Amino acid sequence: MEEFKHFINIISRPKIIFPIILTLFFFVFPPTDLLFNINQKLRLHKIWTKKGGIILFSLFILFFLFGLTDPNFKLIVTKPDNVPIVGLIFLTFFFLWYSMKQAYDNDTKIAEGKPPKEADDAKEKVLVWPDLVYVEFICLILCSALLIVWSIFLKAPLEEPANPAISPNPSKAPWYFLGLQEMLVYFDPWLAGVVFPTVIIFGIMSIPYLDNNPKGCGHFSFKERKMAVSIFLFFWLVLWVFLIVVGTFLRGPNWNFFGPFEFWDIHKLEPLANINLSELVYMIVLKQKLPTNILLREIGGILALIAYFGLLPILLAKTIFREVYNRLGALRYSIFMILLLMSAGLPIKMFLRWAFNIKYIIAIPEFFFNI
Amino acid sequence: MAEEPKQERPSILKQITETQVWNAIFRTGVPRTRRQRMMVVLNNVFLHLHPVRLPKHAVKVKYTWCMGGLSFFIFLVLTVTGILLMFYYRPTVEYAYGDIIDLKEQVPLGIMREIHRWGAHLMVITVWLHMFRVFMTGSYKPPREFNWSVGVVLLVLTMLLSFTGYLLPWDQLAIWAITVGSNMAGATPFFGTSGPGSALLSLGDVNFVHTASDARFALLGGRFVGEATLLRFYVLHCIGLPFIIMIFMIVHFWRVRKDGGISGPT
Ligand code: HEM
Repeated sequence: MEEFKHFINIISRPKIIFPIILTLFFFVFPPTDLLFNINQKLRLHKIWTKKGGIILFSLFILFFLFGLTDPNFKLIVTKPDNVPIVGLIFLTFFFLWYSMKQAYDNDTKIAEGKPPKEADDAKEKVLVWPDLVYVEFICLILCSALLIVWSIFLKAPLEEPANPAISPNPSKAPWYFLGLQEMLVYFDPWLAGVVFPTVIIFGIMSIPYLDNNPKGCGHFSFKERKMAVSIFLFFWLVLWVFLIVVGTFLRGPNWNFFGPFEFWDIHKLEPLANINLSELVYMIVLKQKLPTNILLREIGGILALIAYFGLLPILLAKTIFREVYNRLGALRYSIFMILLLMSAGLPIKMFLRWAFNIKYIIAIPEFFFNI
Repeated sequence: MAEEPKQERPSILKQITETQVWNAIFRTGVPRTRRQRMMVVLNNVFLHLHPVRLPKHAVKVKYTWCMGGLSFFIFLVLTVTGILLMFYYRPTVEYAYGDIIDLKEQVPLGIMREIHRWGAHLMVITVWLHMFRVFMTGSYKPPREFNWSVGVVLLVLTMLLSFTGYLLPWDQLAIWAITVGSNMAGATPFFGTSGPGSALLSLGDVNFVHTASDARFALLGGRFVGEATLLRFYVLHCIGLPFIIMIFMIVHFWRVRKDGGISGPT
């Protein structure tokens, strides 16, 4: 058992788990036809059947119960304020399965030339009283019961009185902002805390205007809108829920990373040897001093950024995104690409950090402008 | 001997529902006929949020997961428990923490704080799941684009409500979570002292953006999380944000109806 725990501790390091999830993700939620065919060949779509769901859930619960036997795991998972996040994980997975199951069932029906399940149901009209009112009433009662039971058995936490002189270690933002706090590891606050949240909000708002595929409106479906679903789920599951889970359960003192079965040791030291791109270019590759002119010093990073946002979209539009470009048109495509590339910036920066210890791509601390 | 006609006493329920008071309140009577069932929805201001008749898929939990409705219900629960909490809580550095302790120790059967806190967590979760359902059913597609955007505002407001409430117990968890969260505001480009471009907003030697005039200061009402912050967050949490979120909810519900009711396959 100790070996198993050790194994889990090791693979759950962001460096290892994140690339694994990243690769797996696009096979489980394939955005393109090619990946979709591979998905079918590997029979990954079987996850979204009753059997697949039950097996997956059992494994999940088993892991959780097993975890509870470990004191370190138990300590963190049962912290009162973390309980909702455990609930969130289970609920997210349940509803993910539930929607994907209905989506795949509908896909099968549509492939056979039949209308989706919802259309069959919709033929019949029912009265709101009693058909809807009683459904709502039951939901409401169940929800109240849950809330009352939860409140009786779990006391709301209250820590020591506020003391501006002693900061707890780690100090964490409320859990729904932990995705942002996790970004702070890779980006400066002006990006992680201000620019990205703003872009995220406007990005989500713009979904209906960017996704101009009329198919799949008003019923669950996947095949007709693979790309849209895949991208949305990527943000929602990987960059939001997953980062929250990491931030809540796996980030300990000094924001160091700890495996789920690892003791939160305050003295754990992580070597910090991060360097900027400019230093890498001038001092390590070219073996000379950094130029004093800021523009000259950062020229590498600036060019990289211009290429990333300026050239890459054009290149993609001519190759793998040709269809997307044709469907969206120039304006929608540009906005879509800016949003997509900005958000891809997070995984890219993570990767650069882990592989090359890159701290900043452009570092102009003189103007607090670091990327 | 003529048989005496059996005098059936009407049931109590019937007696009550035939009184003038009852009939004045519930115009349609117990909804038994189809007509009555339609009238009851039309006549009642709360039920009137709904249409009278719906295609069957729209009333299935399978389709909506009831998440929008539950989000609204939890919001109402939070409003009620929040009002009760306001009876006991004073938003000053001197009293806040003690009042929370009193809530725990002096108030009989007090689970108001628990319901309020866990309810707040739950609401964030249900709103997320609601958004997820709306996405997976493609319900944001025309004609419902605008309502999706209104929804995003609701999501942001929900999280801000939760965020402002986090500070009020005035314990270590509270002030440090808010400190971490609000430190970022200091890095706002141009408007935060440690943000890029803030040095550009100056006239000669005079900086317009400094620690007592930047975005973080506006949020906290001071240079750090203190008395003014507590008051500011309290007012926002109890009055400001609920007021705004209600307006957006009204628009949201109105638009659900005006966009043709719950989405469905065409
Ligand atoms: C405080 C938060 C919210 C409340 C109380 C709320 C409430 C509701 C309710 C009661 C409905 C009726 C259908 C249902 O229950 O699913 C609805 C529909 C809808 N909501 Fe929300 N909502 C909230 C947040 C959001 C968010 C965050 C989004 C998306 C970003 C959103 C987008 C929509 C859309 C597009 C519809 C129409 C769905 C359809 O016609 O199938 N709402 N909302």
